[in-house]
Amino acid sequence: MNLEIQHIIYLLSSVTFILGLKMLSNAKTAKKGNSLAAVGMITAILTAIVFHDGAVSPLVYGLIFGAIAIGTVVGWLTAKRVQMTKMPELVSLFNGMGGACAALIGLVEFHHNTSIPTNMAVILAGMVIGSVSFSGSMVAWAKLNGTLKNAIRLPQYNLINTAIMFGLFAYSAWMVWVGTADEIHLYILFFASIAYGILFVLPIGGADMPVVISLLNSFTGLAAAFGGFLYGNQVMLTGGILVGSAGTLLTLVMCKAMNRPLFNVIFGAFGAGTTAASEAGPQGNVKEVGPSDLAVQLNYSKKVIIVPGYGLAVAQAQHVIKELETILESRGVEVTYAIHPVAGRMPGHMNVLLAESNVEYDKLKEMEDINPEFAQTDVVLVVGANDVVNPAAKNDPSSPIYGMPILDVENAKACIVNKRSMNAGYAGIENELFFRDKTQMLFGDAKKVLTELVTELKALD
Amino acid sequence: MIEFFTENKDMIFIVILMIFVGVEVIGKVPAVLHTPLMSGANAIHGVVVVGAILLMLNTETDNYLALALGTIAVFLGTLNVVGGFVVTDRMLEMFKKK
Repeated sequence: MNLEIQHIIYLLSSVTFILGLKMLSNAKTAKKGNSLAAVGMITAILTAIVFHDGAVSPLVYGLIFGAIAIGTVVGWLTAKRVQMTKMPELVSLFNGMGGACAALIGLVEFHHNTSIPTNMAVILAGMVIGSVSFSGSMVAWAKLNGTLKNAIRLPQYNLINTAIMFGLFAYSAWMVWVGTADEIHLYILFFASIAYGILFVLPIGGADMPVVISLLNSFTGLAAAFGGFLYGNQVMLTGGILVGSAGTLLTLVMCKAMNRPLFNVIFGAFGAGTTAASEAGPQGNVKEVGPSDLAVQLNYSKKVIIVPGYGLAVAQAQHVIKELETILESRGVEVTYAIHPVAGRMPGHMNVLLAESNVEYDKLKEMEDINPEFAQTDVVLVVGANDVVNPAAKNDPSSPIYGMPILDVENAKACIVNKRSMNAGYAGIENELFFRDKTQMLFGDAKKVLTELVTELKALD
Repeated sequence: MIEFFTENKDMIFIVILMIFVGVEVIGKVPAVLHTPLMSGANAIHGVVVVGAILLMLNTETDNYLALALGTIAVFLGTLNVVGGFVVTDRMLEMFKKK
């Protein structure tokens, strides 16, 4: 009887996952969808424990509940306390934890299953993918929070990585073939997988991290599905495959938004182009503008568009920018925000951030909608964005970002760019926009200069 | 090969159908929702914790290494589930106000 109840509940949980994911792809229902999937998850976990057949010692129950309790508290607090700007790296971190969980399952289950080739194949696949996802996510996490600044590339890294990938595959296949029970092979495979995850993500530039995280996300889904296969557990299988397939599609959609094939992200077309582009060096002089002059300029504008980028997030300037918007609107200036699909470190990152500081949802315009409006705009204020407004994407076929759709800020009457310095953007390339006649640079930390700007604006009244 | 298929045919059916469901469900998601969606999917693959729990339930009490690794696995899996759902909820909270 237990088994039947278990199956029915697992089925219901699977349905909540599917519905939840469906609802998550629509702004109106997203929050409910997330809660629905969470309820399904809790039910599935409880079912696995409560309806288990066979004797289980109190010690084991104690360990399980203890681990769940601590995990819940730690996970809850981390997720609640993290700043909105740190969201992307947190997703990466949690993804890594899931991968590690799958890897550990593989490590432990290995012993019981060496005589059954199918089980062994499933265990090794889950362990390898889980380990890669774990170490890869950790590198992505370190890159996003700035611990690991630059893309590190070994010579011939593509060749090495591809070789290791095939090596892992061949080694696993060999282990299954001979049915070895020797743990040394298991550990070699485990550490090689960890190393592969690191080497796989290391050469990829920070700007591509969202794509990488999304890809690793679907890897972990796959690892979970292998676990489901091993235990004959349907809810693990449905949840895992669902995330694996939806995650892969999401990865491809993200790549499309950046107009870069997934192959280029992974095998680093960026890397090849960067050196060539930076050799060109700065072109000509830039014009600077101070907060007080800019305040006057903005005060007498009719239409202002703000282009936020990661610099805004780093400086925590989302509240000041809202303040700026309020003042300008009170002076009769029309203010909107232009959101590039990959602004920030993740698609939707800027929307989340600006929503946090109460910027109205319909003031945030997507790229296709806002691009025709730049021509009628008096001032464009670019805050901490760089690559998404780089004209090279349009007119320099040799540029590594060539072909990426950009915001046409150059069509506006004036363009103010706030940056901390003249350093290149995340893609590591020069931006000729800064040297244009219509462009003025506002140097400094976004929060600091915007606060000054707001003060100047208030004084003008 | 044939043997593998007949033994696991239910599982294989689930896998194939779920691949299509996954693709279909994401369909036309607006760019704005990419991050929350990724985060939500991230929480769902936390279902791997069920595997860690099953592992624990089937482990003999004197196998300390397996128990230790299993406990860590349950902890990490829970972190994935709880953290994933809570962080997604917080992101979506930002959109809801308007």
